[in-house]
Amino acid sequence: MEDHFELAGVKYRSRLIVGTGKYKDFAETKKAIEVSGADIVTVAVRRVNITDPNKENLLDYLDPKKYTILPNTAGCYNADDAVRTCRLAREAGVGKLVKLEVIGDDKTLFPDIPATLEAAKILVQEGFVVLPYITDDPVTAKKLQDIGCAAVMPLAAPIGSGLGIRNPYNIRIILEQATVPVIVDAGVGTASDAAIAMEMGCDGVLMNTAIAGAKDPILMAEAMRLGIEAGRKAFLAGRIPKKLYATASSPLEGILG
Amino acid sequence: MDGRREYGFFVQMKIRINGEEKEINEGLSLAALLDEFQIRPGRVVVELNRNIIAREAHGSTALKEGDALEIVHFVGGG
Repeated sequence: MEDHFELAGVKYRSRLIVGTGKYKDFAETKKAIEVSGADIVTVAVRRVNITDPNKENLLDYLDPKKYTILPNTAGCYNADDAVRTCRLAREAGVGKLVKLEVIGDDKTLFPDIPATLEAAKILVQEGFVVLPYITDDPVTAKKLQDIGCAAVMPLAAPIGSGLGIRNPYNIRIILEQATVPVIVDAGVGTASDAAIAMEMGCDGVLMNTAIAGAKDPILMAEAMRLGIEAGRKAFLAGRIPKKLYATASSPLEGILG
Repeated sequence: MDGRREYGFFVQMKIRINGEEKEINEGLSLAALLDEFQIRPGRVVVELNRNIIAREAHGSTALKEGDALEIVHFVGGG
C-alpha cells in the first residue's frame, strides 16, 4: 500500500524526522540517520569557530541531495533572532524549509508563543516553509495554521525529557482541527512513544535526544524507524474499540459436551 | 598618500568577526579573508553589518575598519 508523508506539496517516504545533535561524532550521526530511514533532518545554525575552523563540516556527512535539510532556530529567544537565523539558513542554499523554535524559558525550553506567531507571520510572507515548534495547545496550532505554516509541531513533552506524549487529548484535538500535517516534536523517549503518536494519527514525529542519547544510538534509530512504521500501519488498519469485558476469540459452538 | 603604504607596509584595520576583534589588512575582500582563515566559502553564510552577503559577492565585497562579520554554518541540532 502506498503511503507517503506529504509536506508542502513534497512527498517523503519516512514519517520520522531526526535531529543531528548530541552524537559522538559525524560518522555516528551519519550512520544513525541512515538506519532511521529519515528523509528530513534538522540542523542548527551557529558561528564558525574562527580560531580553529573545523575542517570537517556536518554537510560533508549529510548529502543535501539525499536528505532534506531542515534548519532550526534553536537558541533564539525572540522573533527577530529567529527570522535572522532563518534568512541565514536560506542563504546556505538548502531550501526554504525551517523549523521555527522561539524559546521562552530555559528550564522547560517551552516555546514563547507570541514570539513564535510574530516570527511565523514574517517568515511565511518571505516565502519560507514554516514548521513551528509549539506547546500542545490547539488554539496556537489553529492560529499558526491560519497564518500559513506548512505544518504544526506540538511537543509531546519538554525537549530531551523522554516523557512521551503527556497530553494525548490535546494532541487529538489538534489533529481533529488540523488542515496541515501534525508532527509531534520533542519529548519522545522510546519506540513505543513514537508508535503511539502515529497510532493517534499524527503525520510524523521529530526527535533527536531519544536516538542520540540512547546507549546504542544506531540500534535505537532502527527501533524508532520500526516504531513509526508499526504505529502508522496500526493507524491505517483501524484498531478495535477498547471494551471493559472479554469477547471470546474461539467459536462458542461445537464445544465438547 | 599614506606614508606607510608608500614604503610597502600593510595598513592594519580592526573588524569584529563572530564577536571577536581581529586585525586584518586594509582593503582585504571578504573572499580573501575567508581564505586567510581557511574557511570554505561553500559551507558558510556571511553577514556583514547585519546584511547577508551572497556567495557570488564575496570577492567584490571590500572590508573596512569597524565592520562586524558573522560567519555561520550548520552544526548538529534537533
